[in-house]
Amino acid sequence: MGEPVIDHYADDVEVTPEKSPRRVEDMLLNMGPQHPATHGVLRIVLDLEGEIIVKATPHLGYLHRGVEKLAEDATYTQIIPLTDRLDYICAMTNNYAFVRAVEKLLQITIPQRAEYIRTIVSEMQRLSGHLFWLGTQALDIGAMTVFFYTFREREVLLDLFELLCGARLTVSYFRVGGVDRDMTDEVIDRLYKFLETFPEKIDEYNTLLETNRIWVARTKGVAFISGKDAINFGLTGPVLRASGVHYDVRKAQPYGVYDKVEWEVPLGKNGDTYDRYWIRIEEMRQSAKIIKQCLDQIPKGAIAADLPMITYPPRERVMTDMESLIHHFMIATRGFEVPEGEVYSSIEAPKGELGFYIVSQGGNKPHRCRIRPPSFINMGAFDHMARGYMIADIVTIFGTYDIVMGECDR
Amino acid sequence: MQKSVVEKIVADWNTVVLKEAFEEVSFSVPREIIIAFLKYLHEDIALDFDHITDLTAVDFPNEEARFEVVYQLYSIEKNHRIRVKVRVPEDDCTIDSATGIWKGANFLEREVYDMYGVVFNHHPDLRRILMTEDYNEGYPLRKDFPVEGRGWRDSFEFLSEQKQGN
Repeated sequence: MGEPVIDHYADDVEVTPEKSPRRVEDMLLNMGPQHPATHGVLRIVLDLEGEIIVKATPHLGYLHRGVEKLAEDATYTQIIPLTDRLDYICAMTNNYAFVRAVEKLLQITIPQRAEYIRTIVSEMQRLSGHLFWLGTQALDIGAMTVFFYTFREREVLLDLFELLCGARLTVSYFRVGGVDRDMTDEVIDRLYKFLETFPEKIDEYNTLLETNRIWVARTKGVAFISGKDAINFGLTGPVLRASGVHYDVRKAQPYGVYDKVEWEVPLGKNGDTYDRYWIRIEEMRQSAKIIKQCLDQIPKGAIAADLPMITYPPRERVMTDMESLIHHFMIATRGFEVPEGEVYSSIEAPKGELGFYIVSQGGNKPHRCRIRPPSFINMGAFDHMARGYMIADIVTIFGTYDIVMGECDR
Repeated sequence: MQKSVVEKIVADWNTVVLKEAFEEVSFSVPREIIIAFLKYLHEDIALDFDHITDLTAVDFPNEEARFEVVYQLYSIEKNHRIRVKVRVPEDDCTIDSATGIWKGANFLEREVYDMYGVVFNHHPDLRRILMTEDYNEGYPLRKDFPVEGRGWRDSFEFLSEQKQGN
């Protein structure tokens, strides 16, 4: 178990075409860019020998919108909605990674309540991201039922996002210096109610999949990568942890309030798709635990730092007095000045380490805004992980990364 | 990152320039020794930078050596980060590839080549990655490339508003 069935580099398979009674030739198969299992637009050219993948070449860029270029021409506030559209399944964590980098550059700290809200929403986002992955991955390899179960819970979370900030997917909820709106008691109550039943729901998914012999056979031992290779390829997130490497940004360089709550990093052993599934299931349990503790601990107070040059004035005041309205308008249109310097700051997004490297030369726009996309870098190991498997496994190998092309191509 | 580690690197290499800001450590390295330096960071037991977090470039059009290739490295075992920066001039836009040290550098170097036109010597498969392979309108992330794109859009046939009305 865990190792692919045949040799990785099948170049020297002993076939002599002249002597063989049957004609032998390598086949080049194009997959995508419009394949339902690619979750976006991704094209893969497969070199096949019979049914066995000899080489897989991903062709990226079908969803390239030049976000990094656009970011150089936008103020820091205007970049926040751009980040929503990177990994559009998990907009909250993208926002978080970006504002944290800017805050590091500005050297500001944010109020405790805002830190708690940020941690809660990014864990909610992790839940919804993993639920999305679980449903679609199972759907892709033929286990359709799970999809309806996971989307039921995801819907509850998206409704809560709507209640919190008015949007379900492209949330733009974070602001430099805090968050946009306060978490109301209604959101907190509904979240508590959701968490009461959620662990049972996870068991439900588990039952649906682990007793499904076909699903288990199609995930165990597929898309194997060793821990050493995974590190060398720069992989992060569940793909890395399934190979037994203990690296989670939330533990290694804690941010938010992750150091104030108790939780564990689940680790895999075999480095295959089944272990990645298990990691994500366990992460959901841990996320639920983190949210629960955060809700218990969350203090009262401000939701944004009191820095008139950077943060927006409170919404009630904007609607009632002229000065606040002008203040709001100035920050929204002209942005704020950021001192010269360069920072790299990263968070643990559901897909892996999402980092922002911002170079500022002063002024209200970044000189360079580099996004470290986990999906793109994980995709770098695709060829390595696909070699030697059957063509039917290719969909599983896609699915194993939890890939979202919006982030991969930017 | 620990002080002793930074001091060790400074002591071992006299041509690198250390800069510490925002609690981050970065080294500016001459282009000639980059691979030797990266190899040292990767293989030295006390440093152990086994994980290539990111590799990118920054364009400074007004400076003498125009491009700056930036490596973000991380050690999973030791939990420390480092940034390595190398200047590359525009008229000789090449640098040696780090794919021999980290396989993860493959896609990242292709992206830098695609976006900035920096050529990585000894790269196994240096093709454009995000733009199409036959794209020949330049390198999009260079500062002299306009945000709205160059050329290609003008070739579209647009109907005037009046025509649409008829």
